[in-house]
Amino acid sequence: MNLLTISGSPHIHGEQNVKKIMWGVVIALLPAMLVSFWYFGIDAIILTLTSIISCVLFEYLIQKLLFKNQSISITDGSAVITGILLAFNVPSNLPLWEIVIGSFVAIGVAKMAYGGLGKNPFNPALVGRVFLLISFPVDMTTWPVPRPFATLVDAVTGPTALGVVKESFMKGSTVSEIMHKSDSISNLLANGEHLNNLQNFIPKYFDMFVGNMGGSLGEVSALAIIIGGIYMLIRKIISWHIPVSYIGTVMIFTYILWLINPEHYLNPLFHLLAGGLLLGAVFMATDMVTSPMTPIGMIVFGIGCGLLTSIIRIWGAYPEGVSFAILIMNAFVPLINKTFKTKTFGGK
Amino acid sequence: MKTFKIGGIHPAENKLSATSPIEVLPLPKTVYIPFSQVLGAPSVPVVEKGAKVKVGQLLAKGEAFISANVHSSVSGTISKIDDIIDVSGYKRKAFVIEVEGDEWLPDIDKSPNIKNDINLTPEEIINKIKEMGIVGLGGATFPTHIKLMVPKDKQAEVLIINGVECEPFLTSDHRLMLEKGEEIMIGTSILMKAIGVNKAIIGIENNKPDAIKYLQELSKDYPNITVQALKVKYPQGGEKQLIQALTGRYVPSGKLPIEVGTIVNNVGTVYAVYEAIQKNKPLFERIVTVTGKHLNKTANFKVRIGTPINLLIEAVGGLPKDTLKIISGGPMMGKALASLETPVIKGMSGIVILTEKEKISSRQYNCIRCGKCIQACPMGLQPYLLSLYSIKDDFEQLEQNNIMDCIECGSCGYTCPAHIYLVDNIRAGKNKVGQIIRSRVK
Repeated sequence: MNLLTISGSPHIHGEQNVKKIMWGVVIALLPAMLVSFWYFGIDAIILTLTSIISCVLFEYLIQKLLFKNQSISITDGSAVITGILLAFNVPSNLPLWEIVIGSFVAIGVAKMAYGGLGKNPFNPALVGRVFLLISFPVDMTTWPVPRPFATLVDAVTGPTALGVVKESFMKGSTVSEIMHKSDSISNLLANGEHLNNLQNFIPKYFDMFVGNMGGSLGEVSALAIIIGGIYMLIRKIISWHIPVSYIGTVMIFTYILWLINPEHYLNPLFHLLAGGLLLGAVFMATDMVTSPMTPIGMIVFGIGCGLLTSIIRIWGAYPEGVSFAILIMNAFVPLINKTFKTKTFGGK
Repeated sequence: MKTFKIGGIHPAENKLSATSPIEVLPLPKTVYIPFSQVLGAPSVPVVEKGAKVKVGQLLAKGEAFISANVHSSVSGTISKIDDIIDVSGYKRKAFVIEVEGDEWLPDIDKSPNIKNDINLTPEEIINKIKEMGIVGLGGATFPTHIKLMVPKDKQAEVLIINGVECEPFLTSDHRLMLEKGEEIMIGTSILMKAIGVNKAIIGIENNKPDAIKYLQELSKDYPNITVQALKVKYPQGGEKQLIQALTGRYVPSGKLPIEVGTIVNNVGTVYAVYEAIQKNKPLFERIVTVTGKHLNKTANFKVRIGTPINLLIEAVGGLPKDTLKIISGGPMMGKALASLETPVIKGMSGIVILTEKEKISSRQYNCIRCGKCIQACPMGLQPYLLSLYSIKDDFEQLEQNNIMDCIECGSCGYTCPAHIYLVDNIRAGKNKVGQIIRSRVK
């Protein structure tokens, strides 16, 4: 007879594992990825693939050459997620060599330098993104206007909706003046508007919802991100705490300001749909490794992200604040974990 | 529906043997009865090698405070007193008895008649329970008579009977409730008299609707006994979790259930109490579930204490070829056994056989800080942190983070997507911190 195995309890396991979680996130990212391919075309496909391949390759090389006693972990899917998220956070016309550098910073500096999956304090994709934003500010902030396959041939670049608003505010425009120029691209073209003028228009809410606007690859379609988020909620990869508290805080904050002066502050819906709030709240802030571990901690974290995002967007120099907000809150995670523990049985 | 509030998980129930009636396992040729079968000090032998013993005869006396009497489960000759591997995996002293016939002590009432009247005083009941070697049969094997001795400054208000059986696979309590319902009602009444309360609640998880219905029916004749259905959630059979689910009260850290006016006993124990008090029968046999997904059949056996487990396994058609582990108890908290000769002891509620197909991946990943262990922990602890501090031998931090509250239910390990051996690590840390705390008291 074979020898019996002796090991400590429990002797059964809930079937959940790191690999399943990570590849589950990849599946959840697919809808937004497909939308980006639809609106930004072949550039988006090449950029996303380059980002994924370079992230996985850097992780492999670092483990092979530097962490000789660590088993190769590229199949766990976490490097693939970083690759996709990094591509999601850049414009589709970013030069490929820049995204390779971004991948190196994300994987090499933000993840492997700390010891690999689970050890990194900051979200790797966001570190890569912010590195690129600071190093190549121009390339990182001119966005191609989306051109669904066969609708438009030439690429047109311009700032995002949030960027247009920020710039207009600085010139002293009011909200109604800016929103006056709100229309969908196909309408504008049908009315004979010149391509080069498209960049100054604010997309309509419906276009923002489905993704028909300029922006980073992954952030444009609210719908696709929400689908991915619901998938992750159902599979229990994320819980509602961070997305709801994060988005809720931004909504409440911007709503109050909008009530005070609707000519000077944008309405909450615009804040929700334009820019990377949804992408950040659903996919980046919920990264298990870099977010708090208790439900109360998660809510505190989400509120912090929401406040910082609103403040940076409204009063900061950058039009968008999601990346910075999440990275800053990442730094508070150990403190949040220590402060907001769960209530012990019968204790305080 | 009622259940406990903090944490908990829901593993696949796999109650394969729930419909198998209790069968009496034929007498073995040899039994191995360990001196010590309780949580506590070993008992002191009162018979010697070569002695002839009868069924129910006292073999070893529990002389320490936390200790219990051990009786012979068979009639025959003590051939030797030997070191055998018991459930713990260590070698322990045991009586080896060669079985000759089945001669019971004459004062044991073998008739199946149900005896309703409780004639003993509370004090006599407790003494009798002690004499008959009754221990907690849910698995922890704490001597029952000690549980029933209410400290002078405390007042018992409600007796809780644990019919939860939250461990996957196990069905011995379930079958007992279905087949010995009346005895359990009388046993409950005996315990109520012993501790002087007029209220008892029997908690049963909702995956045993037939048992709930049957006991509810019976409880019409016992106005002081309530049968309460509970939502299925592991580890509801944990003493503190069950008290919270049924009464809403939280037993404070490091305290016993009597702190909140409750005393908890398992249904198996209650049945043993009935037999001890009404039938004068010491605890020398119990119900053991033998189960596993890849066995020819599953069963609930009535087994004499000391029977080697290979006899139980043979009775269900032998081990599958790809057997991986044999577990005493359930798969969440049970112990993997080292030997097929391991004898059945008072605390063995089941034998679960797992095969290679049910093997858990042994690859550990880094902790990805998902926090699922924290959400699963029914004691509100932070398992990942306790595991880390245990590896680092940081006993001060372990104590501050309430490691002694851990009930080792395994919910965290079951949930952990990184497959970290949380429970093993915490258990090691808990042992050390326990030693440190005890040495401080001295």
